[in-house]
Amino acid sequence: MKFELKGITKRFPGVVANDQVSLEVSTGEVLALIGENGAGKSTLMNVLYGIYRADEGEILIDGSPVSFSSPADAIAAGIGMVHQHFMLVPVMTVAENVVLGVEPTGRFGSLDISEARRMVREVSDKYHLELDPDAVIEDLPVGVRQRVEIVKVLLRDAKIVVFDEPTAVLTPSEILEFFEIVKTLVSAGRGVIFITHKLKEALTIADRINVLRRGKVAGAADPKHATEAEIAEMMVGRAVQLVVDKSVAKPGESVLRVANLSVVEPDGRTVVDSVSFEVRAGEIVGVAGVQGNGQTELVEAIAGLRRAASGSVTLDGKEITSYSPRERHSAGMAHIPEDRQRQGLVVDQSIVENLVLTRYHDDEFSSGFLMKWDAAEAKAKELVAAYDIRTNDPTQSASTLSGGNQQKVIVARELSRDIRLAVASQPTRGIDVGSIEYIHAQMVKERDAGTAVLVVSTELDEVMSLSDRVLVMYRGKIVADLDPKTVSQMDVGLYMAGSRPDEARAS
Amino acid sequence: MNDTLKSLRFTLLAVVAALFVSAFIIVITDLEALGDGNFGQAFRTLGTAYWGLFKGSFGSLRAISNTITGATPLLLAGLAVSSAFKAGLFNIGATGQMLAGAMGGLWVGFTFQLPAIVHVPLALIASAAAGATFGAIPGVLKARTGAHEVITTIMLNSIASFTVLWLLKTELFKREGRDDAISKFVEESAKLPKLFGFMGKRIDLLAHYGFLVALLATFVFWWLLRKTTLGFEMQATGFNQEAARYAGMRTKSLVVISMAIAGAFAGLAGGSEVLGLYGYASATVAGDIGFDAIAVALLGRSTPIGTLVAALLFGALQAGGRQMQVDTDVPIDLIIVLRALIVMFIAAPLLVKAIFRIKGEAHAFGQTFRGWGG
Repeated sequence: MKFELKGITKRFPGVVANDQVSLEVSTGEVLALIGENGAGKSTLMNVLYGIYRADEGEILIDGSPVSFSSPADAIAAGIGMVHQHFMLVPVMTVAENVVLGVEPTGRFGSLDISEARRMVREVSDKYHLELDPDAVIEDLPVGVRQRVEIVKVLLRDAKIVVFDEPTAVLTPSEILEFFEIVKTLVSAGRGVIFITHKLKEALTIADRINVLRRGKVAGAADPKHATEAEIAEMMVGRAVQLVVDKSVAKPGESVLRVANLSVVEPDGRTVVDSVSFEVRAGEIVGVAGVQGNGQTELVEAIAGLRRAASGSVTLDGKEITSYSPRERHSAGMAHIPEDRQRQGLVVDQSIVENLVLTRYHDDEFSSGFLMKWDAAEAKAKELVAAYDIRTNDPTQSASTLSGGNQQKVIVARELSRDIRLAVASQPTRGIDVGSIEYIHAQMVKERDAGTAVLVVSTELDEVMSLSDRVLVMYRGKIVADLDPKTVSQMDVGLYMAGSRPDEARAS
Repeated sequence: MNDTLKSLRFTLLAVVAALFVSAFIIVITDLEALGDGNFGQAFRTLGTAYWGLFKGSFGSLRAISNTITGATPLLLAGLAVSSAFKAGLFNIGATGQMLAGAMGGLWVGFTFQLPAIVHVPLALIASAAAGATFGAIPGVLKARTGAHEVITTIMLNSIASFTVLWLLKTELFKREGRDDAISKFVEESAKLPKLFGFMGKRIDLLAHYGFLVALLATFVFWWLLRKTTLGFEMQATGFNQEAARYAGMRTKSLVVISMAIAGAFAGLAGGSEVLGLYGYASATVAGDIGFDAIAVALLGRSTPIGTLVAALLFGALQAGGRQMQVDTDVPIDLIIVLRALIVMFIAAPLLVKAIFRIKGEAHAFGQTFRGWGG
């Protein structure tokens, strides 16, 4: 079977999300769809899945045009979608989730749960997707939840399975398992569309690669011959530096010292468990780990947004454990928070206001009760130029900026003053390759100027290439302190999954 | 500011749509004419009614005075709702804060004997202070315990009403020789002068200096938002409390301060009614103004200038409605319907879009009401 999208154009007010996009995928092959955020990948897939209706163009199955007015039509035509954010009911079992919407019913319309279990087993056996039909979703790790989604799609007899950024939430070893599943699906005669912005993964698993840029097809690549750099260039429209360009670190005196720091949630769970480490002036320390292993809480405790249950945080020899966020800020700590829209910015306020959000009380921008907006605007103009923030008018709201430029606003605000320590959490999550390159360069520049830099990221590539030293966090503890130049990504991945490389090899 | 223009257009269209639907209601409820099949007569009624509405609100100096009189407490109470909105708080408690302000102004008004130049400002300050104190209570409750301000302000409205009812029967406030809940008169020196008093013989026009107080308060609100660090902090907290906390703002204190400021505006509304319009207080001095103020803030999209325009519009509808009732058989209750329709169309931008066939998103519009989350 062959699915074709032909000349798809989808407009939203003010933007053309898809402009004459054509692509095809057949059963038995993996098509990787690559593009930066906002390139139109999701829009295109939503058109294919019947969520949006295209303004122009058509969808063909084996050459005959079809029209989807809802996801139900798309499902009936053999299209399945595994969303990035899983659509599962956490308190229900695997079997209940899988049959949701296509429930087998007994007499009087009651749910036939044993039939549901049988259906799950049948599919999971056929495709080697290990699953316990009676497990409750909220008890399952993310990788297994993804399997539940896949079984759900297969049970509805999907010929083409669309995966939207499927590896974003997985550990390195789960990603390998996921690739095995994709291979099984393909050999069983299904087709796969794999949406991603990770070039390495696309090269590993895809039979063909299509690249989208600004709503248009920027080109196609053959994974057997193409290189990462070539595809990245297609994605961005210019040559990009994929590896962080930096010299050897010259660490100086200890700036940040975290000693036996623990954070306990209100429900009694210990999320950061007696963590100790230090960051010296002029070095970048990276914290690797799968999301949800206490990194968020660790950073918030260091930044003063969360109370430490025990332990201490010391900055330049001064204990700051009980300091407020503002006092830490004044003591020379910069914080680039994990979620730019939720914490780092007030997106409904102007770029100017956001550029002084953590600094408006400085004498430079206010005198007592009154704001000095002229000074703030002058500063904003300066920062917009210096940090390459793409905007015509800094008095416009920050919501008008792209994700990458929003992040540059935060980076500009936090790094443009005299600081001793920069704490950056997921500094490049969900932003374009060009901005990633720029922000990495800024952090290296900051390091070379003698600032201590702490970077927390779930992107292993980022931590490995940016850091001078890598700490691995697992279940609230720091389980390894590694040199990124000598350790392999695979070994770091094993630490992230809670095992030790030597043990894993022995078994 | 493209967005501002867009939202202004939606607001205007909502008013037009509401007038249109009300016109339809006037025509179909003119049963006498319709029963006779006399459509012409029904439409003449409509014409007379809307002409009356205009005449009664802007058609003469008296009409303008009535519009201003109605708009004064609506503007002040509207600012109480708008300023809280800006800080992300939903202040349903303007009624209670008005009552507190009314009692504060009243007490200063009848207790002291001072020259007017001192007495009037002192009484107004007392109103604002009483309103601010009462307004701060839900702020403290929210900051300390997380109690939602919608619940607490509604409850405090009842507490205020009954407390006032009791106070008005105490020896301190009670008017000599009366058994019902009605207060003493304030001293002549505490009364706000009539706005058109300079015209000598037109002393019977009701509009008073409370309107100037309201205009000044509107300016203060604008100045606070635009020029001060406090206003910046309030708005940051209102848009995104997490980010405000990250930026080192003391969001809990800000909740209390924002509610106190809101209470001060509402307190002035109560004070200006007592000192400017009635000269005494009764249990119904706040009336429905505290609730109408929510509609005013919504219509004005919580901006200083928007609140001012919305309050004038509502004041005009109120004044014109009385004239309309006199000139036709259309009851003044239609004004309530009209106001409700305006609010409905504002809250349902998609409906306005559909009626006027506007292309594009009605984005960022429903945002004035962010509901229970914050």
